[in-house]
Amino acid sequence: MLHEEVSTESRTRRTLGGAARVLLALKVDGPLLTGLGLVAAYGLVVLYSASSENSPMLLRTVLRLALGAVIMLALARVNPNVLRRASPWLYAIGVLLLLAVAAIGHVYLGAKRWLDLGPVQFQPSELMKLAVPMMCAWYLHERPLPPRWSDLAVLSAIILTPVALVAKEPDLGTAMLIGAGGFIVVFLAGLRKRVIATLLLLAVAGMLFGMRFMHGYQRERLVSYLNPEAHPLGAGYHIIQSQIAIGSGGVFGKGWMAGSQALLDFLPERTTDFIFSVIGEEFGLLGVLGLLLLYAFIIGRSLYLSMQGPDTFSRLLGGSVALTFFIYVFINAGMTTGLVPVVGVPLPLVSYGGSSVVTVLSGFGILMSLYSHRKLMG
Amino acid sequence: MSPVRIKDHWREQRMFDRRAWFAGTVMVLSALAVLGRLYYLQVERHDYYSVLAQANGVRTEPIPAARGLIIARDGEVIASNRPTFDLMLTPDEVPHLHGSLEHLVKLKLLQSDAIPDLIRTIQSQESFDSVPIRLDLSEREVARFAVRRYEFPGINLSPQQARWYPFGSLAVDAVGYVGTISASDLKHINPAAYAGTVVIGKTGVEAAYERQLHGTNGYRQILVNALGRPVSRPGVLARDLHVEPPVAGKDVILSLDLKIQRLAEKLLKGRDGAVVALDPWNGDILALASSPAFDPNLFARGISEKQYQALVNNPDLPLFNRALRAQLPTGSTIKPAIALGALTDGMVNPKKRIYASSDWHLPGSDHLFHNAAHEVCGWVGLRMAIIMSCDVYFYRLAYKMGVDRIGAWLPNFGFGHPTGIDIPGEQSGLAPTPAWMAKHYPHDDGWYPGDTVILGIGQGSFLATPLQMAHYTSILATRGLSFEPRLVTGLRNPRTQKIHWKRPVLDGNLRMISPAAWKVVISAMHGVTTNPRGTAYWAMINSPYPIAGKTGTAQLTREDANGDYNKKATPEKLRDDSWFIAFAPVQAPRIAVAVLVEHAGWGATAAAPIARKIMNAYLLGPNGKLLPATPPEPLSEPAGLRPRVTSGVSATLTALEQAARPENPPVGSRVLASEAP
Repeated sequence: MLHEEVSTESRTRRTLGGAARVLLALKVDGPLLTGLGLVAAYGLVVLYSASSENSPMLLRTVLRLALGAVIMLALARVNPNVLRRASPWLYAIGVLLLLAVAAIGHVYLGAKRWLDLGPVQFQPSELMKLAVPMMCAWYLHERPLPPRWSDLAVLSAIILTPVALVAKEPDLGTAMLIGAGGFIVVFLAGLRKRVIATLLLLAVAGMLFGMRFMHGYQRERLVSYLNPEAHPLGAGYHIIQSQIAIGSGGVFGKGWMAGSQALLDFLPERTTDFIFSVIGEEFGLLGVLGLLLLYAFIIGRSLYLSMQGPDTFSRLLGGSVALTFFIYVFINAGMTTGLVPVVGVPLPLVSYGGSSVVTVLSGFGILMSLYSHRKLMG
Repeated sequence: MSPVRIKDHWREQRMFDRRAWFAGTVMVLSALAVLGRLYYLQVERHDYYSVLAQANGVRTEPIPAARGLIIARDGEVIASNRPTFDLMLTPDEVPHLHGSLEHLVKLKLLQSDAIPDLIRTIQSQESFDSVPIRLDLSEREVARFAVRRYEFPGINLSPQQARWYPFGSLAVDAVGYVGTISASDLKHINPAAYAGTVVIGKTGVEAAYERQLHGTNGYRQILVNALGRPVSRPGVLARDLHVEPPVAGKDVILSLDLKIQRLAEKLLKGRDGAVVALDPWNGDILALASSPAFDPNLFARGISEKQYQALVNNPDLPLFNRALRAQLPTGSTIKPAIALGALTDGMVNPKKRIYASSDWHLPGSDHLFHNAAHEVCGWVGLRMAIIMSCDVYFYRLAYKMGVDRIGAWLPNFGFGHPTGIDIPGEQSGLAPTPAWMAKHYPHDDGWYPGDTVILGIGQGSFLATPLQMAHYTSILATRGLSFEPRLVTGLRNPRTQKIHWKRPVLDGNLRMISPAAWKVVISAMHGVTTNPRGTAYWAMINSPYPIAGKTGTAQLTREDANGDYNKKATPEKLRDDSWFIAFAPVQAPRIAVAVLVEHAGWGATAAAPIARKIMNAYLLGPNGKLLPATPPEPLSEPAGLRPRVTSGVSATLTALEQAARPENPPVGSRVLASEAP
């Protein structure tokens, strides 16, 4: 008996060792990959129910996850120096594409976000979610930190140009996320607290001022967040139905494919922005906690990896990937539970939708590259 | 700050780590906020949101209860329910609304002129709610649609229950009809209890027993999605759905004898008139007919404006329930009541004969009151005056009695007030009772002695309905017992088939009238049909059973200056109304009948033959012999069900029976026969 136990253990260790060697060769971080895989799997289970057993939808999601995984693995193998040197070019291309969208973009649901490239439709704003933090990290890489006022001016231009273009599409959620991605880089670079405080004040003032220039539906979303019951069938409908779904789920949930809010179409956009509510309804508080723990693990691991980064570019970009991912999760969970206003932010790796999965996995690919190549860069 | 800054990698690393830890702290705090919010929603407020989620998807749909049947005493169903098919259209599912409707017109399932209205109705509804576009398809139409159903997406045949009167107009004035619920109906009902119900009783038994016939609607909960559409596969969500089955309405059993009813309607065909036949011993209405009648099926599924106008504008007033609502002078049929009053009050000696010429004038006046045909009565006593209907005799008797005395007697025979029949709409007629006189002639001015004189022959300020006349006849038949006329004898539970029989209501007994007085008057009424000088002698000749009857002719116009009444010269609408009342057999009556034929002239010629045929049909078997007293009947109530005596009648039932029992036991009685010694 004793002998067998020992041998089993050693066989396990041998297997692990083999897997680790493969991962190492692929320049992939095992724990992070495991976390991402678990979240994606969880997401597929939920999507199957939320989409009312829509197999084609599920298949498309699997294909996108596969595409994202391929890109992630590819990026993980790219030398970070190459990435760094590519950053300005990527950024420039991104801005040009955004200009192209403004000029010849495809209008869908009242917003011009898509670029029709024959068979493929492409959202350049997704590219900017990566290109902006890369550009910022690239800019700060050679410069002494914390950044000076002149640096901040340049960084502001780098960040705000795409933000303005995306906000004009209009896609406020993505614009905010792009801005947040760039800002996080600057923040991690050591932006002074006074400046942060000033920026916060300016942001609030800008928000109030910006309200006047908001598109109707953006303002409605804000108003309905402040008082959802004011328009139970109007703008507040999403928030109310989402909270009913989550609240009625209770601790243990109603069970897989048994969420009445989702099945009976009371929950709007239940496969995309509000898929978190489906989880809350069908799997309850426990199911939500499980998902959030997975996310926490991914974020913690990402943050840990980025802290191991050998140079400024790696650390700043890695930190930005980790924190942006957190912001995704927080805003989505916050908006479905009524904690923050409804902004169109998908739940990463779970919400149905094309570009976002690829972008998120690309980000982690870059993170893995930065970490796994650390010994090559002195 | 130094002018030239160099990168300090160690310091930058430390700075990044501090910032990363700070960010980590912010993230943990944010995560805690989300967790707190989740705890609030999913634990603290779980019950609240569960209720909201439940209410979100559940819609309650009523299940209408089956309306109770209306059944005649022999078990024939007069009002039933019939499955019908309606064409329902769900706008959402119809790709080409106009095209589909036009196509239906081509199949002759729709009228082309109905399309604009239909489109307006369809567009005013929710697009997922189905709209009826055509009600009550015939079998051929159902077949025609069914084979081409695939050509009509979104248009379906929907099975419904509709009220159906299988015999059409038969007994419509007793049974009544149902119609769609109107705004004024809604004031009398609880709208919640009628959710899902399409029709409501409007007249007759359908209205009087609406509560019992309607039953209790049930409901079923169905799952709907956010658009309000029913979910076809509710799956795991179905477990909480509740269904409350409806409770069908009670079946109502009528006293009507359809054989008599059919005959009465047949005999009245082509005339304006009414027939009411009663079982005198319990008030059961054997027949209640008003002519012309109408088909209640028209109303049951929504009558068209054109059809309704045709009924309303018909000069013969088919919608007018003559049996309950026509208020006419009674003519000479009132004479037995006057005679009974006079005998009881000692105003007349039945043995004393007086000479009655063809006319009479009031003392101190030269206005002449004629006999109807200006005939001379000769020496007549009370009995002969009734037999030959001598007006002059009764002018004098009425004058002697005075309006106060006559007015006090008339209510005893059911005049001047409703009979209490168990369906709505009856008129109370008019009798110069002391109360009525006090109201209309408070100072005795305006009422002339002549007005009293003509009361003696049932003219002037005295009006009665055919129902009141039948009721009066049944009081004569029972020698003073007054039962409330009734159509409904029992209620049957459709599930258990148990019948709850209602007790007849005895609401009066004329005990002050002596048997001797009854004997005089009833033998006179018998004489009307047997004495060669009787007004109904020829109409009732050779009857195999004895009949007590009285003719009446109600004048609608004053005679001309010469006192002549020229039938041919008078327009039909103003010709005299013909009455006949009768009960038979005389000593043991089983049926009392009143017949009114409007504008037909002499009561003996128009009304009496109808009454005779009805009594024959009820009393005689196929061999022409008198039937046994209680023929077996499928739904007959148990013999010996004692009548409910209303508070107005003080005597006990046995005392009533003793007082009222004729010389021979009333073998025709269903109620009291078993009590006979």
